[in-house]
Amino acid sequence: MLIHPDEILETINMVTNEHLDIRTVTMGINLRGCSHPDIKVFNQNIFSRILRCAENLVRTTEDIQTLYGIPIINKRISVTPIAIVAESCQADDYCSVAETLDRAAQEAGIDFIGGFSALVQKGMTPGDLKLINSIPQALATTKKVCSSVNVATTKAGINMDAVAMMGHIIKRTAELTADRAGIGCAKLVVFANAPDDNPFMAGAFHGIGEPDCVINVGVSGPGVVNSAVRALQNPDLGDISECIKKTAFKITRMGEMVGKEVARRLGAQFGVLDLSLAPTPAVGDSVAAILEAMGLESCGTHGTTAALALLNDAVKKGGAMASSSVGGLSGAFIPVSEDEGMIRAVQCGSLSLDKLEAMTCVCSVGLDMIAVPGDTSPATISAIIADEMAIGMINKKTTAVRIIPAPGTKVGDMVEFGGLLGTAPVMPVHNFSSEIFIGRGGRIPAPIQALTN
Amino acid sequence: MSSSRFVITVIGLDRVGIVAGISRVMAEHNVNIADIRQTIMNDLFTMIMLAEVKGENVDLTAFQEAMSAIGKELGVQVIVQHEDVFRFMHRI
Repeated sequence: MLIHPDEILETINMVTNEHLDIRTVTMGINLRGCSHPDIKVFNQNIFSRILRCAENLVRTTEDIQTLYGIPIINKRISVTPIAIVAESCQADDYCSVAETLDRAAQEAGIDFIGGFSALVQKGMTPGDLKLINSIPQALATTKKVCSSVNVATTKAGINMDAVAMMGHIIKRTAELTADRAGIGCAKLVVFANAPDDNPFMAGAFHGIGEPDCVINVGVSGPGVVNSAVRALQNPDLGDISECIKKTAFKITRMGEMVGKEVARRLGAQFGVLDLSLAPTPAVGDSVAAILEAMGLESCGTHGTTAALALLNDAVKKGGAMASSSVGGLSGAFIPVSEDEGMIRAVQCGSLSLDKLEAMTCVCSVGLDMIAVPGDTSPATISAIIADEMAIGMINKKTTAVRIIPAPGTKVGDMVEFGGLLGTAPVMPVHNFSSEIFIGRGGRIPAPIQALTN
Repeated sequence: MSSSRFVITVIGLDRVGIVAGISRVMAEHNVNIADIRQTIMNDLFTMIMLAEVKGENVDLTAFQEAMSAIGKELGVQVIVQHEDVFRFMHRI
């Protein structure tokens, strides 16, 4: 037999006991050909375009899952940022576009559709403004639509007017979904340096410069890495890095095989493989647990940033060796509500918002799925966003904020979102005001790092 | 896909008739055994088979369901996966 039995059993163990899965197969669809001055015609155009591209997405993905015996958890679609393709519509708001996207997602049988988005790092067009103002209502009336706004890049600096605006938009989104713990905010991300080919939600959109139709795959596996690290006998940190690299390599290879086969069968281009350790609420499928396996008593204590830096770098190195199509975010995610270990760390007092912010300097995204008290002011939310955007801008990396000011909650409460979104402990924010700073508006200029030409 | 060969893994407590039961269902679905290995790991009966499917139109889902059903009957877990998954994951 050409395949070694140990390798077969290792793979099976990864899937059955360690939660290895393909988190998402995301089809990126270009909508630029759909523009029309009449928003009704525009909506018809995007509906038929999405269904034409994605009619076989779910069936094909399920066939591949059966063939290889590897679970594929979500099927998703990302589209060209709606602010761009809807710009020529003569309409006051774009809520009907979000509803159309939701209907198309329902019809295609997929889990989420991303791209109710605007890129406003340097300024806003009338279309961008209409889109951003439509976000609260759009997220309240739809189920599967995800929205993102890119407010900063290393090349452009930070659009602080947009940052100030997003504080209000997030508050309004929470209020309109107050009956569901502010879940609208769980579908809204504010970005710096947003990637064009990210398959993960809520931040996926089909960027400018992407092909007509593309398959991007997101692979996960914190549980596998956690088990591999814990199996080492008295390792030094170099051994741990080596072990994570090897594990990441194997996971990435599997993702690439699945992505290429799905793309081949659908006649789409294969885009990127995004190896991101995305935790789930399942016990052991946790990024915090990996950090603790390295020797920290509880995630968030001193040493956590260093441990996370080691983890994130080793994941990237293993992934880069395994596939030449690595892209998207590729690293470790640290969402609080979706990670059982992070939740525990917040509850026992070892993990604070400030420490999470420090951790985002060395991992792939940012402040993710964090619940804060319902009475947090828009200016404070904007200031949290501004800090995170500054980290992304200066370090030439993607950072993001997905924060939920859960209406009617106070510090220590638990907010239940259900499913992969999990349960968030409400975390304290600083009580000192950022109002005047945020109120100044304008733009934080592009940093010296941007002057590379 | 580079071939139509499948790896069938059977894991569970040892008892009389596992090999007979599994191979009967395979024969019924016209699936040939190319290689077979069997061992006891951690007190568990572990059998790994490399199976070949001739012809294009194999109803994989029906075969997998039949294999799961016989596995249930025998009190063992039966997993059917295309061999590429193991080749890709562990080899360059």
